Amino acid sequence: MTARRGLRVAALGYLAVLLVVPVGLVVYRTFEPGIGSVWDSITTPAAISAFWLTLEIAAIAVAINTVMGVLTALLLVRGRFRNRIPPTLIEALLDLPFAVSPVVVGLSLVLVYGRGGWLAGLPFQVIFSLPGIVLATVFVSLPFVAREVIPVLREVGDEQEQAAATLGASRWQTFWRITLPAIRWGVAYGVVLTTARAIGEFGAVSVVSGKVAGETVTMTLLVENRFQNFDLAGAYAASALLALIALATLLLMTLLRPRKDA
Amino acid sequence: MIYLDAVDKRFGDHRALQSVSLEVPEGSLTALLGPSGSGKSTLLRVIAGLEAPDGGRVIIDGEDATPVPAQRRGIGFVFQHYAAFKHMTVRENVAFGLRIRRRRKAQIDAKVDELLDIVALSGYHKRYPSQLSGGQRQRMALARALAIEPRVLLLDEPFGALDAKVRADLRAWLRRLHDEVRVTTVLVTHDQEEAMEVADRIAVINEGRLEQVGAPRDLYERPANGFVMSFLGPVARLGEELVRPHDLRVTAEPRAGALEAMAERVVHLGFEVRLELALADGAPLAVQLTRDEASALEIAPGDIVWVGHTAARDPIAA
Amino acid sequence: MSTAAVTTRAGARSAHLSSRGSGALALGAVTVWLSVIVVLPLAAVVVRSTDGGLDAFWTSVSSRQAVSALRFTLAVSLAVTAINAFAGTLIAWVLVRDEFPGKRAVNALIDLPFALPTIVAGLTLLALYGPTSPAGIDIAYTQAAVGLALLFVTLPFVVRSVQPVLMELDREMEEAATSLGASPATVFGRIVLPNLVPAIVSGCALAFARAVGEFGSLVLISGNIPFHTQVASVYIFKQLESDNPTGAAAVSVVLLLFSLVVLIGLRALEHRRSRHDGA
Repeated sequence: MTARRGLRVAALGYLAVLLVVPVGLVVYRTFEPGIGSVWDSITTPAAISAFWLTLEIAAIAVAINTVMGVLTALLLVRGRFRNRIPPTLIEALLDLPFAVSPVVVGLSLVLVYGRGGWLAGLPFQVIFSLPGIVLATVFVSLPFVAREVIPVLREVGDEQEQAAATLGASRWQTFWRITLPAIRWGVAYGVVLTTARAIGEFGAVSVVSGKVAGETVTMTLLVENRFQNFDLAGAYAASALLALIALATLLLMTLLRPRKDA
Repeated sequence: MIYLDAVDKRFGDHRALQSVSLEVPEGSLTALLGPSGSGKSTLLRVIAGLEAPDGGRVIIDGEDATPVPAQRRGIGFVFQHYAAFKHMTVRENVAFGLRIRRRRKAQIDAKVDELLDIVALSGYHKRYPSQLSGGQRQRMALARALAIEPRVLLLDEPFGALDAKVRADLRAWLRRLHDEVRVTTVLVTHDQEEAMEVADRIAVINEGRLEQVGAPRDLYERPANGFVMSFLGPVARLGEELVRPHDLRVTAEPRAGALEAMAERVVHLGFEVRLELALADGAPLAVQLTRDEASALEIAPGDIVWVGHTAARDPIAA
Repeated sequence: MSTAAVTTRAGARSAHLSSRGSGALALGAVTVWLSVIVVLPLAAVVVRSTDGGLDAFWTSVSSRQAVSALRFTLAVSLAVTAINAFAGTLIAWVLVRDEFPGKRAVNALIDLPFALPTIVAGLTLLALYGPTSPAGIDIAYTQAAVGLALLFVTLPFVVRSVQPVLMELDREMEEAATSLGASPATVFGRIVLPNLVPAIVSGCALAFARAVGEFGSLVLISGNIPFHTQVASVYIFKQLESDNPTGAAAVSVVLLLFSLVVLIGLRALEHRRSRHDGA
């Protein structure tokens, strides 16, 4: 069947040209000067500080969005509303982060918390400081856990929870022992997506961070920084680390997808 | 007519069809009858060209159709789950085969109207399949298959997904349709009652092999082996033999050829009496008697009786 | 009081998150979270875009550079979305219906543009298609480069939208069409494709919304040349850098409208379709 072969070649060719070859080339270029040099590049004080900052921000964003995401899913799927407006509104708001450019996210935070902003008078600094970056990251990675848990929760149904209640379980016990185990793969998958998005954010953070060396430079900002300063090898090295994290993300996604869809 | 010559089909290690040879007479309605996994659907799909045989030939109207792909065999196929084109209306569904043959619109419309009339769906032509009941969807599927004026009509358990009442109605309706339209038809089913009621000829298939082919009555009265006998009707095991329960005779006195048995229970079911016996080896046997027969025998639990058969010909070895 | 009565009452109360008690608490918490994180900032953008009055809004939005950036963004996003409609469907088809060694790896790879930070994506494309390209292809600082980067980041949307629909498709419909005499091309065109259209449209809407707002992957490869390769998101960034947040907000409002219109349109279409479908 040459038609089948033709389609396959076309599809794989497109992927090769767009995805595989560029990535392969960068991997090659990164490790060309040798692993030692790459290691040195990602263990400079700036790089280490960027790494821990990125991790810290991601951890906070993931924690907030996971808890609130699960809560939102429970609310939308198990909740009883007298009219359809609140849940529809919530679902629309969950979709919004996909419609907003990262730069606009950053801008919006500056307009609220920056100089001359609505909440400029807060006792602590938001823009050009950690809270600002956290807010930006929470915004862009907001929907994932909720969106992954909602269909799983729907699929599971609430009969088990009702059974637990009749057996005397409190609301918290029911949630912890019955609901949460039932949705755990959906939550896990959502957490992976949230983490990837949080670590990879660039545009919004670009606007609110102020790029204070050693303090508000995340890994993605470090890559751009090094590139603009003609340290191509350094940019590649930092990218390699981020790419490694991305690959781990892909692996987890592939492993978790069949479990959450089961 | 259709002639299958030593057709073989394998799926991996599993031999779905083993050297099956079958003749389907022109204009007949032949049923392929067998249990699940017997290979009957596979055989139908081989005739259709939806599966290619690993050995043997498929001959349709004198030509070797084996290398011919499904779209050019001139067959109409009806699936168990309708395979309705859910994005098209009933009219568009039925017209599909004609539209891709580029017939003129007026011609297509006339033919579709005629067919919808035959299948009693004239008022539904603008509806979508999702708005029809299962029985209506299947009638639409039949109209769709007949639209291309196939030389052979193949039906794969067409009523399997429907309720008992709808099934019974459609069975009768299919028989009447066949008598009118007279297309060579092959029907796959696992329901012996359906095969007996609808078909001119029945081909019994088991584990990829053809067990017996013939008219329904012949298969029932002269089964070739124990499998065919037990598949086509109720059987009672009398020692080493299989007999039809209604051929059993119970007497209080010994008879030639009869086996000794003890009456365990006498159950009065209104106008019938069920006599539950235990044969010498302990095997249970239930015999239905009329009230008159039972009272003539005067049997009580614990009595010894003799059980034989009155079959016109030799019973089948079990 | 019998235990049965007690447990049934407790069961009825705690099984449902009603609009009282802790149900209201949950609603409150979620509302606060969404308001603080999403609603408040976006409201600031909309409201403060008119800080200088409606005239200033209009001036910001209709400046030559802004219009050029918006027009280019719209055009390149539409083009990329159209390409994705074809390429994405093709790739989904091959991944679902074809078999070849390494298919599972290729399938996993589709999500790479999603998992990879956008700045790294830009750097990656620059390596092969920029001044240091070993193959000699240098399209850096051209409009084609912007298109390329957008194709990269929007790759997963149509593919992942179409795949599950293709997998669920009733093969017997295709066999029925074949038995009625349809060629493979006809089967695809008249039977498969019409059933894929909703998924393709959905994937395209998501891809478009992503494309119009893309920033990180374009920063390095496009050169951000005004009136040529500058997209709206970069223009907004520059306005902010030049201490013109109001102007930046104005153009942001227009950009938001682009993606919101598409996404709302998509939801409306889905809503209409689910009522039309039935079984």
